[in-house]
Amino acid sequence: MQINTFKTLLLGLLLSLSFVVKANESIEEKSDEKDFNVTDMIMHHIKDAHDFHIMDWDGHAISFPLPVILWTNDGLVTFMSSEFHHNDDGTIVVEKGGQKFIKFHEEIYYANDEADHGSYVSFDPEHHPTNVAPLDFSITKLVFSMFMSMILLLLIFGFSARAYNRSENGVPTGIAKFTEPLIVFIRDEVAIPNIGEKHYKRFLPFLLTLFFFIWINNIMGLIPFFPFSGNLSGNIAFTGVLALITFIITTFVANKDYWKHIFWMPGVPVPMKLFLAPIEFMGIFIKPISLMIRLFANISAGHIIVLSLISLIFIAKSIWIAPASVIFSVFISVIEVLVVAIQAYIFTMLTALYIGSAMEEHEHEH
Amino acid sequence: MDLVTPDVGLLFWTVISFFVLLFLLRKFAWKPIVGTVNDRETSIREALESAEKARLEMQNLTADNERILKEARVERETMLKEAREIKAKMISDAKDEAQTQANKMIEQAQIAIASEKKSAMAELKNHVAGLSVDIAEKMVREELSNKDKQLKLVENMLGEAKLN
Repeated sequence: MQINTFKTLLLGLLLSLSFVVKANESIEEKSDEKDFNVTDMIMHHIKDAHDFHIMDWDGHAISFPLPVILWTNDGLVTFMSSEFHHNDDGTIVVEKGGQKFIKFHEEIYYANDEADHGSYVSFDPEHHPTNVAPLDFSITKLVFSMFMSMILLLLIFGFSARAYNRSENGVPTGIAKFTEPLIVFIRDEVAIPNIGEKHYKRFLPFLLTLFFFIWINNIMGLIPFFPFSGNLSGNIAFTGVLALITFIITTFVANKDYWKHIFWMPGVPVPMKLFLAPIEFMGIFIKPISLMIRLFANISAGHIIVLSLISLIFIAKSIWIAPASVIFSVFISVIEVLVVAIQAYIFTMLTALYIGSAMEEHEHEH
Repeated sequence: MDLVTPDVGLLFWTVISFFVLLFLLRKFAWKPIVGTVNDRETSIREALESAEKARLEMQNLTADNERILKEARVERETMLKEAREIKAKMISDAKDEAQTQANKMIEQAQIAIASEKKSAMAELKNHVAGLSVDIAEKMVREELSNKDKQLKLVENMLGEAKLN
């Protein structure tokens, strides 16, 4: 079976190579077309947006408008993102509450008073906008995704909880048959071994919420059409918040032993203690930062790979490369299905581990 | 660089969402589900424990039965043995008794024989005395006729009637 898969892959690779050769010819033929910028396209897809782009039809973008909520100098301003008319280079001004706003690369800024070549944005030498930005609390694409995932989670687990009421003596029925093993897995394989029988009950709701929240957002990111496809768990703000919560919990539940092991490691000579203290101290912060970056990078990387493979078609400007692109992106997507579950598990596992190590009771010096 | 700069809005909404979700799920999902699972596990454990206890009790009972049976068997053995011993003793006692009785009887018989013999002797003596007297009388009568002959006769007679 594995050999077959390997053969298929190899065949696909060879085929795609021949297509590349053919594609190069076609590029030369049509080099007058506007260059397709893969980096921009991919960055646009994995970043946040103020409206939920569904598809392009006949040269027009069809998207789902989302509310823009701004905390400006004059208080709260709200309007729908459709008022920008898909404009993203700061040429369309939206005037609300006596203030003018423009959108540039999915960021909202106060508009300049006068247009410069049709754009109300001014730039510094590195081509970054110098306009002042209001605090942006918009329900963006990712926030929208997050709310959807919340609703989904509440439905799934609300129904799971209700499924027990219908059964006698606590035998799971319906959807609980599917969710219970996952919950029991988190309890028995993540919470209890890392935190210990004594304290795990306090943290179990947090760990369960963390695991399912990350997992469902990861899965939703893999589904490539509206209303999914948001790269929420590949966004540094999302992973940062979760890692920060882990950091806060770890710091607050830590016992005397934990701090002692950081600042004055028992059982080693004094010069070693002095040497270890700054390293251990940095470790307090590095642990949650590694959590944040691991999830962010893994999920973003998955999106980038799939999009890159699809982009091959557009880079080569040939339909003939499509089979290889599709085979590879399906292959990667299947791997991603595994990766998203594993990343959710790793995040939860490490969180449990950090909490457990902060509460560990050392019975003897070592 | 954009990619690693967190947006304030998303930070804000993530914090809100996560805590709302944590609160709601904790109240409406984790508590009931984990509670039910724990209850069920406890009840399963208890059921297993009681089954184990019952099994042990059963085992004890069987062991008791066996012990009682064994004891009964041993008791029967001893009883049989005792009975056999009693039987043997009774037989030997009876034999002894019979022996003594027989000895006694033989002794008595011997005594009786001895006394009979004595009395027979005495009677014989009397008889002999009577006979002697008779002989003497006859001799006297004979003597009256022939003295020599009489003497000879006495002598002969005495010689014949030798007494042991």
